[in-house]
Amino acid sequence: MTGNIIQLDNNGNLKHFLSTEGLSQSLLQSILDHAESFAGVGERAVKKIPLLRGKTIANLFFEPSTRTRTTFELAAKRLSADILNLNISTSATSKGETLSDTLHTLEAMHCDMFVVRHANSGAAHYIATQVAPHISVINAGDGRHAHPTQAMLDMFTIRRHKKSFENLRVAIVGDILHSRVARSEIHALNTLGVLETRIIAPHTLVPKGVEDLGVQVYNDMDTGLEGIDVIMMLRLQKERMRGALLPSEQEYFQRYGLTSERLAIAKPDAIVMHPGPINRGVEISSEVADGEQSVILQQVSHGIAIRMAVMAMTMGRSNDDMENTE
Amino acid sequence: MSDAIDIDQLLSEMTEATQTHCNANGYDNPLMIGIQRGGAWVANRLHQSLKLAEPLGELNIAFYRDDFSTLGLHPEVSPSKLPAELNNRHIILVDDVLYTGRTIRAAMNEIFDYGRPASITLVVMIDRCGRQLPIQADVVGKTMTLNTGEHVKLSGPEPLTLSFDNVEGTET
Repeated sequence: MTGNIIQLDNNGNLKHFLSTEGLSQSLLQSILDHAESFAGVGERAVKKIPLLRGKTIANLFFEPSTRTRTTFELAAKRLSADILNLNISTSATSKGETLSDTLHTLEAMHCDMFVVRHANSGAAHYIATQVAPHISVINAGDGRHAHPTQAMLDMFTIRRHKKSFENLRVAIVGDILHSRVARSEIHALNTLGVLETRIIAPHTLVPKGVEDLGVQVYNDMDTGLEGIDVIMMLRLQKERMRGALLPSEQEYFQRYGLTSERLAIAKPDAIVMHPGPINRGVEISSEVADGEQSVILQQVSHGIAIRMAVMAMTMGRSNDDMENTE
Repeated sequence: MSDAIDIDQLLSEMTEATQTHCNANGYDNPLMIGIQRGGAWVANRLHQSLKLAEPLGELNIAFYRDDFSTLGLHPEVSPSKLPAELNNRHIILVDDVLYTGRTIRAAMNEIFDYGRPASITLVVMIDRCGRQLPIQADVVGKTMTLNTGEHVKLSGPEPLTLSFDNVEGTET
């Protein structure tokens, strides 16, 4: 859906960040490298650098989100940008304004970047095609399609713990069907060259044709976790469930919940990840979520560094196609 | 350029001048910070010869550059490594080449985001003149007047060598 053509400018630099699909390994590594330098900013006395001073970023959230919105907001503030938080679901569109009118209104306020969260797949891509050339768009989650900054902060967390991707076996567990995170993760893991990516889920929560993405599908969790280095749990998206996809939360936990006993099947140094918010006792036990192998809270901190990196890369291009450089 | 510069000789003179400067001003236990990458190489050598106890700090000023909007994010990334506490410290800031002064401005801005130092002493290997900001070095290895379009570059870290491009300017 989102080829890399729209995401890159004429010089091959990141202009919009809409999907991990179609981006090169060197570009993904470059995002991780930049995030590594930005990570230190949060540990300083003044948690702010002047890179995006004078820029205005609009958080356009057509769908509610707390952690993604706040980490984007914090990332923008640490880069010294001004940020507007617009909860669109309760504002203009409910008064009948069209999406395109909302965008042009924000452009007239001289915004430089839109961070977009939308329930419809492809929304951020559509917005990227509509905005003025100097505006960058970052996808903060669109429907079931993509959530690239979440995927990249997960890659960052993996790289910090495992150093390289080449020899890793990664399992993504749970509600793959509704998960934009899983899709973005699979593309990123493929590009970064992991040894194997497995999907562990009940039949009803595995999207059709997912094998075409180069993943192994397991319906039995105990078999699927053998030899695994990284376990990426997904939240059971109850709000997106329609019909009888699941028997009950209790039964789901019995078959697909990550418990200490199950974790012991994976490699002893396996790390446990979760994009949050976690449903304790549904997809993961409290013991594991709070345990030594869990890196769930590190993921949150890494999210700020990744979002700073992507914002700085998309806004700080040498814009040959827009203005002359020296 | 025909007459090659003896880097070891230059470093030894800089060491002595830095020591004299610190003694004269009563800078006890100074903290040395090198600007990546060339400045950090020079700082590393000075740090050894001055036998400073505290580890060398390194500054990556990419996030403080004033040409971000035209040149974009610098592709070379390695984080700054500074001790958490800079408050009330005497800092020796080291760079390889001093030219417009913009790098030093960026470095000082970054330092002040870590804390409020008692003083900053600027040590540079080459002052090539051409300042665009009111910034002067306290210790200079060698001063030379280069014109726009002429370049001096330090390569390293081992061995450290200076190279000149298109240089017709006069040495002082």
